[in-house]
Amino acid sequence: MKRISVRMAALAAATSAAWAAGAVGAPKEVVIGEQCDRTGPTQLVGVNLCPAVRDYIDLINSQGGVEGYKIKLDEIDNEYKVPPAIEAYEREKAEGAVSIMLYGTPQTQALAQKLDEDKIPGTSPGFGTAAAANGARYPYVFPIAASYWSQGAAAVKFVKDKLGGLEGKKIAYIYYDNPAGHEPLPILEDLQKLEKFELKTFAVPPPGVEMGAQILDIAQRFRPDFVIAHVFGRSPSVMIKELKGAGYPLSKVIGLVWASAESDVMAAGGWAVAEGYHTIQFAGVGDNYPVRKEIVAMYKKEGKEPPKEMASTVYYNRGLLEAAVHVEAIRNALKATHGAPPTGQDVKKGFEAIRDVTLGGLVPPIELSATDHEGGGWVQVFQVKGGQFVKETDWFKAYPEVLAKELKAAE
Amino acid sequence: MFHRESGVFKTSYAADMALYPLPIARWTVAFLAPLFAVLLPLTLGEYYLSILNLILIAVVGAVGLNILVGNTGQISIGHGALMSVGAYTAANLVTRLDAPFWIALPAGGAMAAAIGAVIGVPSLRIKGLYLAIATLAGQLIIEWTINHVPWISGGVQASIDVPRPSFLGIQLKTQAQLYLFLLFFAAIAIAGALNLARSRVGRAFVAIRDQDIAAEIIGIDIFRYKLLAFAISSFYAGVTGVLYTYYLGVANYEQFQITVSIDYLAMIIIGGLGSVLGAILGAIFVTLLPIATRWGLEGLGGLIFSQADLANIIPNLRLVMFGALIVLFLALEPEGLNRLWRNIVNYFRVWPFSY
Repeated sequence: MKRISVRMAALAAATSAAWAAGAVGAPKEVVIGEQCDRTGPTQLVGVNLCPAVRDYIDLINSQGGVEGYKIKLDEIDNEYKVPPAIEAYEREKAEGAVSIMLYGTPQTQALAQKLDEDKIPGTSPGFGTAAAANGARYPYVFPIAASYWSQGAAAVKFVKDKLGGLEGKKIAYIYYDNPAGHEPLPILEDLQKLEKFELKTFAVPPPGVEMGAQILDIAQRFRPDFVIAHVFGRSPSVMIKELKGAGYPLSKVIGLVWASAESDVMAAGGWAVAEGYHTIQFAGVGDNYPVRKEIVAMYKKEGKEPPKEMASTVYYNRGLLEAAVHVEAIRNALKATHGAPPTGQDVKKGFEAIRDVTLGGLVPPIELSATDHEGGGWVQVFQVKGGQFVKETDWFKAYPEVLAKELKAAE
Repeated sequence: MFHRESGVFKTSYAADMALYPLPIARWTVAFLAPLFAVLLPLTLGEYYLSILNLILIAVVGAVGLNILVGNTGQISIGHGALMSVGAYTAANLVTRLDAPFWIALPAGGAMAAAIGAVIGVPSLRIKGLYLAIATLAGQLIIEWTINHVPWISGGVQASIDVPRPSFLGIQLKTQAQLYLFLLFFAAIAIAGALNLARSRVGRAFVAIRDQDIAAEIIGIDIFRYKLLAFAISSFYAGVTGVLYTYYLGVANYEQFQITVSIDYLAMIIIGGLGSVLGAILGAIFVTLLPIATRWGLEGLGGLIFSQADLANIIPNLRLVMFGALIVLFLALEPEGLNRLWRNIVNYFRVWPFSY
């Protein structure tokens, strides 16, 4: 008993010492709270996206920080669960975070009202709700990347260009049967009326690894001219494999942003299996961007190998995008406060002033404003070709008037 | 709870069933009440209060599930979904009819109780693992319904924004205000469960758990009491869902999926089945353990690893430690934290003359 209590005391002392050491630190510091999922159902994404955020922040700090401030990144794993996300958020707030990188759709929903009350901006690239693009309704939530609505519209536009017109064509929409999977449906239905194509939907029930019947239905019975796929987690790889097995050409399939990473292709059986598959991306894919070279140089300078996560360019680059947008928002906020420590409100205005953060083409031409927190809904399409993702289109957005109508209706 | 008695002097049923077995028990409550109601919200920071709030919500759910699993011996893996029933009932009442919390809260509980009683119908014929699977079906059906019926789930992404509760014209927003709000209902939930256990109904539940045929022979209507147990327990689950909704400001069924049902089962098993104190301890343990392990790991790990490595190590090691500690505690005392606590109390009851 006594020995145990001595050990407990030692543990407590070590804990508090480490905390105190962290608290002293550098005097001029801005804290970004980052939530991540490295252990939960979306860990495939988290293990590559979150290291990228840290690498980018380290890069900025190694170049002298932002306007004389160093950036402190406070990463907490929320396991894709709501209670840990709340605890993590409160802790990040207590540590003085002026902006939060949210992680996960239910977690974003759960924290949306809290962000509003505490006046701390949070970003949710590629998840959360499409309605959050409306800055008037969700003043402190910033999707900063194409929402599912924008992605759905862009997919239809891409298909239209590919097929040379949509009238009388057949499009299949295969989706994960949860709220996020349903989300693009109203847009697709609007576009169906507008473009006069035939739309048929195929739901894949959670956990999304059992879709033989739907795939057969698509490949053998419906025989669409194009397939739009909105599946996540383990589903994309299963879908690619099954479509291949059913003999449906993958060059007539386009996956939305969470069905489009290297890991999905690998899990489906490799590049050869997925040859021809199209993917929608909200951040540039591949290694050919100056910022990635700078990160490699930073590691080399420290005498270390660049991290293996860089090989997963889809998720890694998305992490760079999110980190870059936060850093730019803080830069804008610091310019506005003339060097005084920024508050969450300052950083919110900083986000709303974001223009031309391109990172050499990795980030689309996002323009955020007080009303538009999505920044335009830009995407690029990449295709699996010869063992890598090859860029097919430049940044584009589609059907803004249809999206605007749905946003209005959601108010 | 924190007192010791010198012997058993009970001579009547009334004394045996008393809520406060000794005068000192009354004093314990009198001491704890101001501590929790006044001292903690005034002294603790927002971060710690937010953890307490999560614990309070979990306590209500765990105490309720314990009535069904611990006291009545029926199992349910559908409690997560029943929480979402409460959450969406309240959310719809609040957004459509502007209902105040004192209507939305019991209404959410009542709706969950009604649906929970239906889910409990198979318990009349089947037991144990079979019943578990039947309630699992309930969980999946409720999830599917909420997901596919926009009239229930509201518009965007099956989530409904709910304004925070107002009390006497004040909207409860800060963690301290929400803490008092949650504490009030957690206290009622605990008092309700304690009183239920010593009532005729509570004793009927225990009789059914111990041997249902014997219970039937001594005149307990099994049909009625089993469904009653499901209804009461589901009422608690519904209220938990409503409290959660008010706390977050949003009802979203993705917060009430099957893992939540399992988490709550874990709470009452770790805490010790069949006792209110056990359910409370289990709720605290399961909510706090991941947080506490991270505190410890951050403190110690920061001395050894780099920040980037630590970001990867902590979440994974936390899961391992969480599992290991649960196994350790259960191996140490299969009857849960409550029994562990009893052992400590019994040890000190005769201390220092333990022979």
